[in-house]
Amino acid sequence: MSIFLNGQSKVIVQGITGGEGTKHTALMLKAGTNIVGGVNARKAGTTVSHVTKDGAPVELPVFATVAEAMEKTGADVSVVFVPPAFAKDAVIEAIDAGIGLLVVITEGIPVQDSAEFWAHACALGNRTRIIGPNCPGVITPGEALAGITPATITGPGPVGLVSKSGTLTYQMMYELKDLGFSTAIGIGGDPVIGTTHIDALAAFEADPATKAIVMIGEIGGDAEERAAEFIKANVTKPVVGYVAGFTAPEGKTMGHAGAIVSGSSGTAQAKKEALEAAGVRVGKTPSETARLLREALAAS
Amino acid sequence: MDLYEYQAKELFAAHDVPVSPGIVVTSVDEAVAAAEKLGTPVMVKSQVKTGGRGKAGGVKFAATIDDVRTHAGNILGLDIKGHITRKVLITPASDIAAEYYASFLLDRANRRYLAMCSKEGGMEIEQLAVEKPEALARVPIDPAVGVDAAKAAEIVAAAGFDDDVQGKVAAALVKLWDVFVGEDATLVEVNPLIQTPDGDVLALDGKVTLDDNAAFRHPQHADLVDYASENPLELRAKERHLNYVKLDGQVGIIGNGAGLVMSTLDVVAYAGEKHGGVKPANFLDIGGGASAEVMANGLDIILSDPDVQSVFVNVFGGITACDAVATGIVKALEILGDAATKPLVVRLDGNNVAAGREILAAAAHPLVTSADTMDAGADRAAELAAAAGK
Repeated sequence: MSIFLNGQSKVIVQGITGGEGTKHTALMLKAGTNIVGGVNARKAGTTVSHVTKDGAPVELPVFATVAEAMEKTGADVSVVFVPPAFAKDAVIEAIDAGIGLLVVITEGIPVQDSAEFWAHACALGNRTRIIGPNCPGVITPGEALAGITPATITGPGPVGLVSKSGTLTYQMMYELKDLGFSTAIGIGGDPVIGTTHIDALAAFEADPATKAIVMIGEIGGDAEERAAEFIKANVTKPVVGYVAGFTAPEGKTMGHAGAIVSGSSGTAQAKKEALEAAGVRVGKTPSETARLLREALAAS
Repeated sequence: MDLYEYQAKELFAAHDVPVSPGIVVTSVDEAVAAAEKLGTPVMVKSQVKTGGRGKAGGVKFAATIDDVRTHAGNILGLDIKGHITRKVLITPASDIAAEYYASFLLDRANRRYLAMCSKEGGMEIEQLAVEKPEALARVPIDPAVGVDAAKAAEIVAAAGFDDDVQGKVAAALVKLWDVFVGEDATLVEVNPLIQTPDGDVLALDGKVTLDDNAAFRHPQHADLVDYASENPLELRAKERHLNYVKLDGQVGIIGNGAGLVMSTLDVVAYAGEKHGGVKPANFLDIGGGASAEVMANGLDIILSDPDVQSVFVNVFGGITACDAVATGIVKALEILGDAATKPLVVRLDGNNVAAGREILAAAAHPLVTSADTMDAGADRAAELAAAAGK
C-alpha cells in the first residue's frame, strides 16, 4: 500500500520533450513508473524514445492535450515540467481534463498564477489532487515515482514522509534507508501549494502500510501549526517532526518563496512548540529526527 | 522585492490611484530645492524599507525652508532598525479630514487573497488589529474573480464607511487592486489613505511587495532594484544567479536545496555553541545541479567575505551524483588558486558517495577535509572557525 501513487498509476509528462522533462522521464521509467506518454501541442503525433526499467526500448506517444492523452492511454497522473511562464495554462488544462493526480515540479511560478489555478481546481470541486508547485513530487519506492526524488536512496518500508523541502526529503530518506518508506511526498515550499501537510497526514493515517510518519517543515506561514492541531485530533500513528530555519534572521527570504520570517508568527520555534504541544517529538537536526522516528516505531 | 514608499506611489500613480505629488532627493540642497518647487509646508520622509519610520524620527513636518534644511539634514543618514536612510521624499503637507487604512495581500493559509480595510487608519495596523479588531474589516477575495466595483462596495460597507465617502474609497480600492494584479504584488498597503477637507481620497503612504517569480513578465521592475543599498556580496551573487544571503557569522555555508541549507545553518549554529559561539556567515543554495562552475562561483563569493574563517560544504547527491559534486569542488579550487585561503570541510552523502569521497581524497587539497556526516562536518567547520578567530 501507499498514498496517492502506486505501481498501477498511469503517468503522463507535460513537457516530456523539454530538457528537464526528458531527463526525468528517463529516471521515472528507471524507477519503475508506468509512463504512458506525454504532452506537447507543437510535437503532437510524434514519439520520444526511452528505455524501461528492464532496459527494453519504448516509444512514448506525444499528444496535443492532456484530455487526448487521458482518452488514448487511460492516464490518471500527470507530472508537469513546463517552464514557469506556461505552467498556469498547463495546470489548468490538466484540471479541466479531470486528471486525478497532478504533480507540479516547476520552480518559480508566480504566486498569483498558483492562486489562480488553485481557485480553478476548487471551483471544479477539487477532483484533481495537486501536489506542488516547486516540489520534488511523490515516490512510492519499489513501485512508482512521479517527480524528481532520487529513486536509488531507499526501498519500500513502513515510514511515511511529508516535507516542504526537496533535499531535506532526500536527507531524511537517507538517514532511514534501512527502514524504507511507504510513500515520501514533497509538497513544496511556495506560499500557495495544493496538497498540504494535513492532506498527507490524513492519507498516511488511513494507509495500512504506513506505521510511522515523519513531517518536515520550515519557517514561514502556519501550515505546521495547523498540522499540529490536525495530528492532535486525528492521527493515531506515531509522528515525529523536524523544522528547518531556527537560526534564519527575520525578514530574509531563504530560497523558497515561502520560507520567510516576518514577525513572531511562522518561526521555527513557534512551529516546534505547536508540534510538541500536539505530542509530536521534534528533532533539532535531521539525524536526531531519524533517531526519534526509530524510537517511535520501536515503541508502537 | 519590497519597494520604497516613493516607488510604491509611482506605481499607484501609473494605475490612476490618487497620490500626492512628491520629489525624491539624496541631499539637503536637493531637499530645499524640492520644497521650494512644491511650496511649503512639506513633509520630509525617510525612504527605508521598514515600518516605524515616524517613531524613529524619520518623518517630519516642515513649515519653512529652514525646517526642511534641518529635518533633511537629520533624516539623511538616519538609521531606522538597521536601514540607513539614503533618500528622502519631499511631499506637500496635506490637510487631513480623516485617515483610513486599506490593503490587499496574499492569504497563504487560505490560498486566496484578503482585503483589509478600516476607517481608523494612521496608527500601526498590528496595533489596531489587536486593540480594536472590530474596526478592521477582513474580506476574502477569490483569485478567480478579483475586485470589481461590487466587491469594493462590499469591502467599504464591511469597514463601516459613511455614505458620503464610500464611493470614493471604493473607487480607490478598485484601482489599488489594479496595482496588486497588474504588477504581480503579494502586498499593496496604504496607511493612511486620507480624505482631504475637499472630500478627495488620497494615498498618503504606500507599501508594495512584488513577487520576484513574476519578474519575467515585468521587465520594468528591474529598474526598481536599489543596487546602492544592497549588500555587495548579495549583489554579486545575484548577478551570478546564486541564491545567497549574507549573515553575521564566521562559518561560510554552501549546500544544495533551500531546506537542506537552512538545516545546515541550524546545525552549524548548534555546533558553534561548543566552539566559542561561532555562527553561519551566509545562506547559499547552489541548487540541484551543482556544476563545477556553480561551485566555483559560490566558493568565490564566500571566500571573498572577510568575516568567513572556515567553509562548510554540505551536499546531498540526489539527481546530481556526489562524484560530479566532488569534481566540481576540486575544479573550483583550481580555478580559485591562491584566492582560496580558508579551510573547507566537505560532507557528501547520497548518490555515488564513495566515488565522490575518493575524488576528494585523491586530490588531497591541503585546505579540504572530508566529513562523514552533516553533524560531524558542522562541528569540524565550527571548530576551525573558532580556532582561526583566536
